[in-house]
Order: sequence, then C-alpha cells, then structure tokens
Amino acid sequence: MKKVLFAVLPLTVFLALVILLYVNMGTHSERLPSPLVGKPAPDFQLPTLYSGRTLSKQDFKGQVWLLNVFGSWCPSCRIEHPVLAQFAEQKIIPVVGLNWKDEYLDADRWLKQFGNPYDEILVDLKGDVAIDWGVYGAPENFLIDADGVIRYKLVGVLTPEIIENELMPLIKELAP
Amino acid sequence: MLPAIGQFNLILALVLSLLLTVVPMVGYAKNKANLMHLGRPLAYVLFALVLSSFLILITLFVQQDFTVTYVWQHSSLALPLRYRITATWGAHEGSILMWITIQALWVALVAKFSGALKPDQLARVLSILGLITAGFIAFILFTSNPFERTFPAPLDGRDLNPLLQDFGMIVHPPLLYFGYVGLSVAFALSVAALIGGNIDEHWIRWSRKWTNMAWAFLTMGIILGSWWAYYELGWGGWWFWDPVENASFLPWLAGTALIHVQAVSERKNAFRGWTVLLAITAFSLSVLGTFLVRSGSITSVHSFAADPTRGLFILGLLAIFAGGALTLFALRADKLKSTESVAFDSKETLLLANSLIFIVATFTVLLGTLFPMIFEAMGEKISVGAPYFGLMFFLIMIPMAMLLPVGGQIRWHKGALGSSCLALWPYLTVAILLTALTWWLVGGINVRGTVCVLGAFWVFSATTGQFFQQKKHASFVGMSVAHWGVAFFLFGMAMVEHTDTEKDVLMRPGQVIELGGKTFEFKGVEWVSKENYRAQQGQVVVSEGGTVIATLKPQKRHYPKQQNPMTEASIHPGLTKDIYVSLGEQVNDAGAWAVRIYIKPFIRWMWFGGILMLTGAVIGLFSARIKRLEQRQRDQMMQESLGLS
Repeated sequence: MKKVLFAVLPLTVFLALVILLYVNMGTHSERLPSPLVGKPAPDFQLPTLYSGRTLSKQDFKGQVWLLNVFGSWCPSCRIEHPVLAQFAEQKIIPVVGLNWKDEYLDADRWLKQFGNPYDEILVDLKGDVAIDWGVYGAPENFLIDADGVIRYKLVGVLTPEIIENELMPLIKELAP
Repeated sequence: MLPAIGQFNLILALVLSLLLTVVPMVGYAKNKANLMHLGRPLAYVLFALVLSSFLILITLFVQQDFTVTYVWQHSSLALPLRYRITATWGAHEGSILMWITIQALWVALVAKFSGALKPDQLARVLSILGLITAGFIAFILFTSNPFERTFPAPLDGRDLNPLLQDFGMIVHPPLLYFGYVGLSVAFALSVAALIGGNIDEHWIRWSRKWTNMAWAFLTMGIILGSWWAYYELGWGGWWFWDPVENASFLPWLAGTALIHVQAVSERKNAFRGWTVLLAITAFSLSVLGTFLVRSGSITSVHSFAADPTRGLFILGLLAIFAGGALTLFALRADKLKSTESVAFDSKETLLLANSLIFIVATFTVLLGTLFPMIFEAMGEKISVGAPYFGLMFFLIMIPMAMLLPVGGQIRWHKGALGSSCLALWPYLTVAILLTALTWWLVGGINVRGTVCVLGAFWVFSATTGQFFQQKKHASFVGMSVAHWGVAFFLFGMAMVEHTDTEKDVLMRPGQVIELGGKTFEFKGVEWVSKENYRAQQGQVVVSEGGTVIATLKPQKRHYPKQQNPMTEASIHPGLTKDIYVSLGEQVNDAGAWAVRIYIKPFIRWMWFGGILMLTGAVIGLFSARIKRLEQRQRDQMMQESLGLS
C-alpha cells in the first residue's frame, strides 16, 4: 500500500497542479473581470499615511477615482511607479494609493525615494480591506465611478498602453 | 538573407531533434547498435545548427537590422555595442533561443562525455534529451520566433529596457539557463532508467557530476540575481520572494535534495526510487518556473513579456515532460526496488532527512507562490507575501542547520547516533560562545537573528572540526567547503536582516550627517553625460575619523526613450559592511535632495557563502574515488565487448 502511494502520489499532485495552472490561465488570458466589477466597492474605514484622517468609501463619492494597491516590498510596484506617476501628474482623476501590508517607515521611505504620485494614501496594515477587495497581489488597480461602483480592475502593472486603450476610454465614458 | 538562414536552421534543428528522439530509442527497442550509435553525431549537428541560429541573431543585433521585429523592439541606434550583443537575450524570444542553444550544448556534452555509459543507456538518455530539445524548439518556432520581420523597417528601435543595461542582468539569465537545462540530464537519466526498468550505481554516479554542475550554475545565477536586485532596484533589498525569484529557487531547493540523496544511491542500492523522483521533480520545477515567468499567471517584476499562448504551450510541454515521467514512475517505480537496507544510525538516514527537509521547503515555497491561484480558482482571494515566506523558511531551516553537523559526524552504513552527538558537544559550546560574543559586540540582535547566528557558528565550528579530523579527498573537501558556505550565508543573512542601519535625510549641498560612526558630506548634484544617457549625479564623501573612506556618486539616470529616471545607487563595498547611498527626489531649487544612506553589515558574506557552496559542488567533481570507479566500469565494458566479439 505504501509502495503504491509513493508511486501514484507524485502524479496525482502534478495533475492537480496542471489543472490549477490551466484553469487559472484561462481566467487570466481573457482577463476575466473580477466578480467585483459592476458591483459597489466594498466598504472600508482606513487611516491615511500622511494626512492623519480616517477615510471611507463615502469620502470619494461623486467622482471617478483610481485605487492603486502598492507596497514598498513589491518589486513590480517599482516598475509601475513611473507610469502611475505620469498618469497622476495629468490630474485627470484622483489617484488613491492603498498601502498594503507595509510598515509605515518602509512606505514613507519608498515614497520619498521614488516620489509620491498619490492624492491620498490609505493604509491597510493587516490586509483586511485588501481581502474584501479581492486583492490578489500588488500592484492592482481599480477604477471606481461616482456612485462608488467598481468599473474596472487590473491585476498587475499599469502600462502606458493599458492606460491609453482601456483606462482612458472608460474614464471619458464615466466622467460627467 | 541572414534572418531567413537563422529561421531555416531552426526548422532543420527541429527535424534533427525529432530524429534524435526517435532513432536511438528505436535502436534501443530493436537492439540495433548502429541506430543507437547515431545518437552522438546527431547531437553534435543539432548543436551546430542551433548555435549558428543564435550567432545569427547576435549578428543581426550588431548590424542593427531593424527589419527584424525582435531587433528593433529591443535595441536602438544609440545603444552601445556591448548592450546590443546582450540585448539578444534581453527579452523573451532571444532568451528562449539562448535556452535552446544551451540545451543543445548540454546534449552535445552529454554525447561527448559519456564513456562510462553503456550504449543502450546513452541511447535512451540522448533520446529523452532530444525530446526536450524538440519541445523547446517547437515552442520558439510556433510562439516566439525571433526572426520575424517588419516591413518597412522602422528608422530607429525602441531601445533596451535600462534595467537590463547592466552587467548583472547580462550574465544572470544564461547562468540560470545553464542550471535549469543542466537538470534535464538527471531528468533524462531518470526517465531512461524507468523505460528500461533498471538503474545501477554507475549510472547514478555518472549523472551526479551533471547534477553538481547544474546546481553550481543555478546557485551562481541566483546569487547574481540577488546582487543585481540589491544594487539596481535602488532600495537595498536582496531577496523579495517574488514569484519569479521563487521560480528559480524551487529547482535549486529540489536540486539540493537531489545532490544529497545521490550521495547515498550512488554508493549503495538504496533510495533509488526517491533519487529518480527527485530528479524528475527538479527539472519539472525548472519548466514550471519558465511557465510562471512566461505565461503571466503571476504578477512579478520579471513578467515583461507575458503571453497566454506561450503559457499554454509551456504548460503543454510541462504536461508531456513531467506528466509522462511521473506516469512512467507510477507504473514502474517498483522495478527500481532498493535491495539494501539502511540502518537508522547512519549517514544515509541523515541525508534522507536532509532531502525531506529540502522537499518540504520546496513545497512550502511552491504553495506560497501558488496559493493566490488556488484560492482564486475556488472563487476566493488571499494574499501571501514576504512575511509568510520569511517565517516558514526560517522554521524549516532550523532543523536543517541543527542536523547538518550530525550528518557530517556520523559514519556511513553503521554509525552511532548517540556517540556522534556527544562528539559534537565541543562545537556546540564554541558556537554558543561565539554567538554570545557577537551579541555583545553588535549589541542586541532579536531572537530570529540570534538563532541564525547560532546556526551559522554551529555549522561552521562543526564543519571545521570535522574537516581536520578526517582524511581529505575531493568529495569530502567539496562537502566541507559547501557547508562552510552555508555558515557564511546564515551569518551574513542574520546580520544584514537584523542589524542594518539606514537613514533618509534631506541634504543641502555642504551638509554633513553622521551614521554608524561615519560622516557623510553631501557635495550636491550635477548633470553628467554618459554613453547613451544623461544623469543627475550626486557626490557624497564618506569619512571616518577625519580620513576619507570613499566618494560615492549615486545617480538618477535619464534615458532618451524612457520618460522617467532610473535610480542608480552607489555602493562602497566592504568586508564587514557595505555603505550604500542612493538619491531620492530633488526637494527644492536650492539643490537640496532626499538622500538615502544604508549601512549593510556583512551582506557580502551571504553571496560569498553562496559562492562557497557552488565551489564545493565543483570540487566534488574531481573525486578520485569516482574517477577510479568510472575507469573500472569502462574497463569492464571494454572487456565485455571484446569477449562478445
């Protein structure tokens, strides 16, 4: 019995792995919209990094805004940073950071080093809010409309192409 | 013309690799010696063809042939020659071509240095390697052709990503590929053994050298990656548990387990099935790593070139290679039955324990990397970050460090666990004393750091003590050197993780600050022009006790085709500490800048430890015992063939 287990277990584990990878890739290749897209954004109550306020979803009502999930520990965020900074500089919509599972000092240092593109930064130290929002890995981007409904989600790094081809048309459509 | 030739050679190479898959295997099945002997020349020609393709791609870059899509996408007129050459493997298509070139080189080397193998064994090994090569050549031809053309050609290229215009990034990928691909030899051996239903110690001994070599390359590749991240990404970290880093770490962990188990199964008829399984695992994880990087399944710093079709193709390759091998394993593992029993009180048991620890580590990292996917597949979300990996790895490596000296002490076959442990007391005492001394000198290290330091001294003192008590031969020396490496790594890591100091300050020109007993004078920032970029270069003079130690020049580099500047840290390396300065943002027009200063104690020791580990693996190649045994095997084969004819 033990022998059979030793022989068959690796294959079983491997098959499960391949199925998982396949299923996951299927969902990713079409960038299947997150179940949250089209639904009201989950509520939150979070302190901010610098302004010393506590903000909730209601504080952003009435405007289209971008939520960018980032952390100083996240190398991809470093790659995304210049693109995001350039987008934020144009002041098209408010860009809000969700500083995810990050120590205050690390986040502060990171922002000082590379520049702070955010209009406001929410601090999610424990990652609870990120779980409500279905955050899968940093960076992630959410576009939320004036009624507080998530209209777009991107897992991964923003690129100039994505901003131009996906984000901007949506923003134009949503803007009053 | 050249691109067409390159493309044509690749197609020919695909045909040849398929021949290499089929012909020797048919020869083996029908027991036809002439077919089996065709494997060698086929392997050589295959390598020549693939190499010519690769050289052609380099030539196209050197000549700036912008009719080739891949060339204009990753090069530009202003790019210096050395980066034009290295841009060849700077992105997906070219790096896969390089992978294939290295794979073909490895196949040719296997064909050349296989005197100790019987013809039917070599035929099967080459056939499996041919299949792997064919898979990757098909991958490049069908999904990532580097010779695709653009007409009309653009006037200038898009330029190479500045992050890749750097020495570390030039040598890091090839080294990793040598490692990944090298593991395919042990894999091919395992599959070949499963096909034939037998494996002997000669065969394992032969594959051991290849595993050692592959593992050494992998180690070097990982060290360089870590070093690159440290100086290039600009915030002083050296390991991020990024999915793609994990992808290179997984085969390394499995390979470490494999090396240790091979030491047993090469000496006696034990752990045979386990050896085969580990070899399959190690190479499968290399392919899995490639999948993770190329498919875009996981977000990461490396996933510049993610593409679902490519992902699907590699997943298919993975399913064929690993799935096929594991199916064979399920069907025939019982044929590789180990006949000799292993006593509990023996080095064998401890080596087995080592492999189990490393496999647990492998799966911990694998699960951490895939967890977000698993939960997503179930419709839930979860996040796993560096804290999970850091803690889990720390916990798993405690038994590793604890048991390592015991494994070095206890004897083969029939040892005595109790008396071996007793013999280790002096080393433990030394380790505790040294840890206390370090604690006193450095002044307070937290629990995790202290445990790491203790582990480092424990491994170091025991390895040193054992080194002077035993007869020295190459594999023993190699082992000791590698284990010293473990000690150096642990010590360096503990120090840099738990006792580094850093300061972020706003500095005006002429301002002086103090950190860690040194003074840092900021001389201001000026514009400089370099080869293909302009940079704002700061100048920081570091002195200690009135004498200048170093003048550091951190930069903000501006590349013409990139909107945003790259941060280039300036580092004064040292034996016991690195001084690391990088520029943040310019704060006002009066020349004040945000400056970040780090002191990273003993960070070099970590990498030095890694270098010792791989040196150990290389020294092990020169084992006189193995050479003697191989010679005996060769003589025996010669006699048999003479006897037959």
